[in-house]
Formats: sequence, C-alpha cells, structure tokens
Amino acid sequence: MTPTAGTIDKNEYFFGHKACAGCGGSLTVRIALKILGPRAVAVLPAGCMSAVGFNFPQLAFLNNAIISTFAGTASMMTGLEAGLRARGERDCTVVGFAGDGGTADIGLQALSGALDRGDNILYICYDNEAYMNTGVQKSGLTPFGARTTTTPAGARVRGNVREKKNMLRIVAAHGAPYAATASVGYLDDYMRKVQKAAGLRGVKYLHVLAPCPTGWGIASDETVEVAKEAVDCGLFPLYEYEGGAFRQTVAPKGGSIERHLRRQRRFQHLTDEDIAHITVRRASET
Amino acid sequence: MRKPYLRQAPGRELADYPEGTAYTAGFLTAKNAGWRSVRPVLRAEKCVLCLRCYLHCPDGTVYESGGALAFDYDFCKGCGLCAKICPLGAIEMETEGA
Ligand SMILES: Cc1ncc(C[n+]2csc(CCOP(=O)(O)OP(=O)(O)O)c2C)c(N)n1
Ligand code: SF4
Ligand code: SF4
Ligand code: SF4
Ligand SMILES: [Mg+2]
Repeated sequence: MTPTAGTIDKNEYFFGHKACAGCGGSLTVRIALKILGPRAVAVLPAGCMSAVGFNFPQLAFLNNAIISTFAGTASMMTGLEAGLRARGERDCTVVGFAGDGGTADIGLQALSGALDRGDNILYICYDNEAYMNTGVQKSGLTPFGARTTTTPAGARVRGNVREKKNMLRIVAAHGAPYAATASVGYLDDYMRKVQKAAGLRGVKYLHVLAPCPTGWGIASDETVEVAKEAVDCGLFPLYEYEGGAFRQTVAPKGGSIERHLRRQRRFQHLTDEDIAHITVRRASET
Repeated sequence: MRKPYLRQAPGRELADYPEGTAYTAGFLTAKNAGWRSVRPVLRAEKCVLCLRCYLHCPDGTVYESGGALAFDYDFCKGCGLCAKICPLGAIEMETEGA
C-alpha cells in the first residue's frame, strides 16, 4: 500500500539542510527517504542537494549518504550496490539524487552504463531545469524560452533557444525495467512510484519536476502549486514506463499554459508567439 | 521520531577533525530559524489534522505531536508552503518579531 500523509514514516531523514526556503528539490529528497527508510544509502553528486546537505560539521542526512563526482552518480551507485552485496547487507536501497545537469548532461554516460549493465539501483533526478547550485546556467533540461545566466533574454534572443531533452524516453530506449516522471505537485503519485520502484530489480529511474523558487523567480510558497500546474496544463505529463509500454498516471486537469509561464520570472520576457510555439509543441508531443 | 539533531560542534584543533571523509550522520550544529521573516502559526480550531502541511514541508518542520500540530521553529524557514497547502486556512503566516 502506498503511504499517505498519515501513514508515511514519521522520521525525518533529510532535516536541517540549507536549501532555500520552499525548495522543491529538498522536498523530493525528503519524501523519497521517508519511503525508503533508514537502510537506504544515498548518493548525491555535486549540485544543490549535496551542497545543502553536507556542510561539515552540519550533516543533514540521517541515512548513510555520500557525495559523488558530478559525472559519477550512477557509477558510484553501482559500486556501492556491489559493495553492500559483497558484505551481505540486505534491504539497502541504493538511491541517487542528481540534478538535471548531473543527469541529462554530465552524468548521462554513467547512467547509460548502469542501465546497460542492469545494476540494481534507484536513480532519482530532481529536475529544477538549470544548474542552480552554480547560479542558474542552462542545462539540457532547461525548457525552451527560459531565461538563465547563460541564456539571457535580450532584444534578439529570448532566453533558451533549445528544447528540453526527453529523459524518460532516453531511459526507456535503454530498455529500463521501470521509469517514470513525477512532480512535487502530485506527491501521492510520486510516493507510489518511489515505493513501486524500490520493489523492482534493475535500474529504476524517476524524473521529478522540482521547482526552484530562486532560479525560476517564483515565491517560496508557490513551489507545489507551480509543479502541479505544470502537470495540469500539459507541459510536464506524468508517465510510467514499464514492460515496454508508457502509461499516463495522472490525467491533467487542464489550465492555461500562458498563465503558468507568465507567473515565473524566468519566462516573463516571452512574446505571444513564443508562448504559441510552446503550446503547439506541447500539443504535438507524447 | 528520529531526525538529525543539534549537537556540540567539534573543536577547531586538527585532532577534532575526522581523518577520512566520513563523519557522523544527522549531525547538526546550527539552527535555520534566523532565515525566517515570517512564521507559520496554527489556528488550532480550524485544523482537522489531515497532515497535508506536514507532507509538503520541504524542511520537515511541521509535525503531529500528541494529537495536535506543531512547528519546529528552530529549523522552519518560513517558506509559507504549509499555509498555502492547507485546505482550511488553518495556518497563518505572521511577521517575525512583530
Ligand atoms: C566536473 C565538475 N564540473 C563542474 C562542477 C561545478 N558544479 C557544481 S554543482 C553544479 C551545478 C549542478 O546542476 P544540477 O545538476 O542541475 O543540480 P542543481 O544544482 O540544480 O541542484 C556545477 C556545474 C563540479 N562540481 N564538477
Ligand atoms: S537554488 Fe533552487 S534548487 Fe538550489 S537550494 Fe535553492 S531553491 Fe533549492
Ligand atoms: S493542512 Fe491544515 S487542516 Fe491539515 S493538518 Fe495542516 S493545518 Fe491542519
Ligand atoms: S513555513 Fe515552510 S519550512 Fe516552515 S513549517 Fe511551513 S512549510 Fe515548513
Ligand atoms: Mg538543476
């Protein structure tokens, strides 16, 4: 049974961290560890969640947790899983929490290798759609039109000119046993997916939309609402890939793409044509 | 409930530092309360203990204690997510020090 707010583990495994107020990434990590429990071993590459979790002597993980190289989340998970198995440790889920840059760009090769080998790991990408920890640079998962420090909004070019990579399809193309998108705006769906993934063997991949108030230009109390809206307006559909097939897990409730974009400072420069482009592209996908 | 907790910070002598790269998990030495400009305050008469606020707090600083809701003001950052998510308006954000 999927835990609910009333039945989920009351212990806090990620607490006292230094994430900005209202950080979607920290909610992603906190909830997953409550599902996985004290025996989970977490790997965090360079990125916000390691930067806010490990500030010696302030160590905010109650679980065993380790920082990996930026590129090496999945390979460190492979090594840890093998080491734990060699020691006869059981019921330890090796879980990774990597950012969008750490997953879709620099860490993609290591993830691809783990998928190829079929290692028994749970890889969670918290997608805040830019390199936040180093000051909001564009990643391969930054959406079209978003303003970052490396894709500024000017008179001729209006933010990011590239489209967001589709990590779910990239992972599915490797023949992963389980892959899914999730959102901190739909925690019940996310919790169910974490629990399901933890019970399967092989590389399980979860891709979680985790808004960043600091980088997106939203208020600290809007994280959950904006993450839900992204799903409802169709920009971030919630899927599950299993047994070679995709399945939508949450039916979008509808809502204005334009309103959703315009409330975020990173999209405020967009013209009506840009918004029309995003809307048309959305409709032609999936 | 188990969670990382505040302890005496290690000293500043070389011998006080770990020799390897490993250290005690869940070891906190500083509070986050100073980050806050507003604080969540419960209107207990409106609260039905649905725990939506608890689930959505990125810092794990809303919790149920003895049949009532409580905040850990040592670590709450005042983000306001709990107040926003509450379907009954049972949490209000009040200006700190007002
Ligand atoms: C090899 C290497 N290159 C660059 C960096 C600097 N660096 C640290 S965190 C980071 C950004 C991480 O972005 P992302 O993976 O999206 O995580 P976020 O910070 O957004 O949580 C960068 C570029 C590094 N630590 N190692
Ligand atoms: S910059 Fe963004 S992702 Fe990083 S800690 Fe702050 S809110 Fe979280
Ligand atoms: S969300 Fe509101 S009603 Fe539910 S437990 Fe929190 S304060 Fe009480
Ligand atoms: S204001 Fe934010 S940090 Fe404080 S209890 Fe509410 S949700 Fe948690
Ligand atoms: Mg990022």
